[in-house]
Amino acid sequence: MSVPSSNDSILSVRGLTKVFYSGVFRRQATVAVKDVWFEMKPGTILSLIGESGSGKTTIGKLILKLIQPTSGQIIYKGTDIAHLKNKEQLRDYYRKVQGVFQDPFATFNPLYRVDRIFNMVYSSFGLDQGKKDEQVREVLESVNLDPDRTLGKFPHQLSGGQLQRLLIARTLLMDVDILIADELISMLDASTRIGILNLLVDICKSRGMSILFITHDLNLGYYISDYTLIMYKGRLVEKGDTKKIYENPVHPYTKMLFESVPDIHRKWDRSEEFLPEHVVQEVREFYAANEGRGFEDVEEEHTVLFSDR
Amino acid sequence: MSENILEVKNLRAYYKVLKGEVKAVDDLTFNVRKGEILGVAGESGCGKSTLANTLISRKPPLHYISGEVRLLGKDIMHMPSEQFRKMRFRNISLIPQYALDAFSPTRRIKQFISDLVRDHGIKADQKFMAKVVDRLRLVNLDESVLDRYSIELSGGMKQRIILTISTILDPEFLIADEITSALDVSSQRYVATMLANFRDEGIIGSAMFITHDLSILYQIADKILIMYAGNLVEIGPTDEIIKNPRHPYTRALIASLPQVGIQYKDHRLEGIEGTPPALLNIGEGCRFRFRCPYMSAKCEGSPALENVSLDHQVSCWYWKEVESDVSA
Repeated sequence: MSVPSSNDSILSVRGLTKVFYSGVFRRQATVAVKDVWFEMKPGTILSLIGESGSGKTTIGKLILKLIQPTSGQIIYKGTDIAHLKNKEQLRDYYRKVQGVFQDPFATFNPLYRVDRIFNMVYSSFGLDQGKKDEQVREVLESVNLDPDRTLGKFPHQLSGGQLQRLLIARTLLMDVDILIADELISMLDASTRIGILNLLVDICKSRGMSILFITHDLNLGYYISDYTLIMYKGRLVEKGDTKKIYENPVHPYTKMLFESVPDIHRKWDRSEEFLPEHVVQEVREFYAANEGRGFEDVEEEHTVLFSDR
Repeated sequence: MSENILEVKNLRAYYKVLKGEVKAVDDLTFNVRKGEILGVAGESGCGKSTLANTLISRKPPLHYISGEVRLLGKDIMHMPSEQFRKMRFRNISLIPQYALDAFSPTRRIKQFISDLVRDHGIKADQKFMAKVVDRLRLVNLDESVLDRYSIELSGGMKQRIILTISTILDPEFLIADEITSALDVSSQRYVATMLANFRDEGIIGSAMFITHDLSILYQIADKILIMYAGNLVEIGPTDEIIKNPRHPYTRALIASLPQVGIQYKDHRLEGIEGTPPALLNIGEGCRFRFRCPYMSAKCEGSPALENVSLDHQVSCWYWKEVESDVSA
């Protein structure tokens, strides 16, 4: 089924909702993601920021089709991916949309050497094997890894940063359109982190890739992203141009996040009482005061959820 | 000048393994004064947690090699373990990394607490529990949490309970190892601030706050110690370390920190090339030299800890050059 896609976006998420059922007779419902809308454009990085349990990883999993949405659409190049059923269609989708995750040591099969990981890309996606060696070396070099010192090694012989680079190299080999990076660098050290971030920026801009950068770290989000999405309890509460959101946060949750982020240029005010639980009440009051307003633009490319009723 | 709670001099502690010695804590010298929060920062594998373990309990393969550690004036490295055991919890307390996961899933918080303190020879009677409840109020938890199971609590709540229990006997010295790392930003701020408040209120004397996150140390530490590959590279007052670092490593580390207000379009940050050296049988010389822009033949020899000012020490042959080099 083809759905008209809006302007220049490569992926659009429309009214996405995911409810998990648990308990006896699956009577307990947890709304993990509720009515989320956003667009991904080629050559841009979108950061999805939220605390644990906000539903950010669920969105990543929905786009990667690891779980099925309860309602709503994810439209990739004019097709709702819910309709991808047979193996062929799915394989074509995964050739263009890939995810990389937090723990590099858990991602790799410890018994496989690095070359085998790349060979598997060729065999499972039916790529042309003719120029394999050349291509593999090329992508390894583009993620700043020395092919001679990487191929033939086992995952445990490489550092966390090197393994994450390998994962990115793998996606380059497949020439993906969309990369879902879920807490990609959270386990890495400060000095190696920035190299991976710069690498993501470079490949995004040079190849016109679209990256969804899922993180809990606002400092990283600000550095890397063109657009920002803020999640709170399964809802997208504020979205738009990164600089605009950071300069002028409107939603009480976004404000609270910015107040708590540690910064080496500004110290926390320890005299003011700060309590994470307060935000629940603040959000409730904010919604009550703006009842019936829903999503509204506060300026160009800056949208805020004023009330959930 | 106020008195020192902890004095560490030329401390060495190695992991003895089949292939040799892993020099994870090598020649550390520093003091912690009364009422001071010392932040310890460094990358994974630099010896931060080993330092904490060396001070509290040395279990094989970790061995104390040499040096002196005085806690409240007492030599704790050569103290009989029974005697040191009496100091633990009362005088010195440790919140280990991943303490959040140490709650028993089948015990209520109340039972867990009484099991824990019984191990230290304390009876969890009514008077004790009343004190626990009082302290829980300080971290904004009410007594109903005592009847809950750990799965019913959030990470931030669990960490607050841990902070409360570890400090219940008002220890003179608290070692907090990565207590904010697994938490959300808002809980991070709360827990870190709480630790500083506990110090202000005299519940704890001094603290050593170990983390990989320098920006949190900037918020609550009085002094920062930077470790690299088992060595102390720089120690000094928080503002000095953050605003005017003298060691090339500290400088590169701070320069690589993403901060709100810095975007890739406007200012491209640079990381540090390469990786830290393996500490197994590592030889002489500055351990940062392979990644350092200032490296020369001199760096084959281990640099001494030199005074930049009274409270600020750095271990680098070229710290004076680093100081005058604004571009780096």
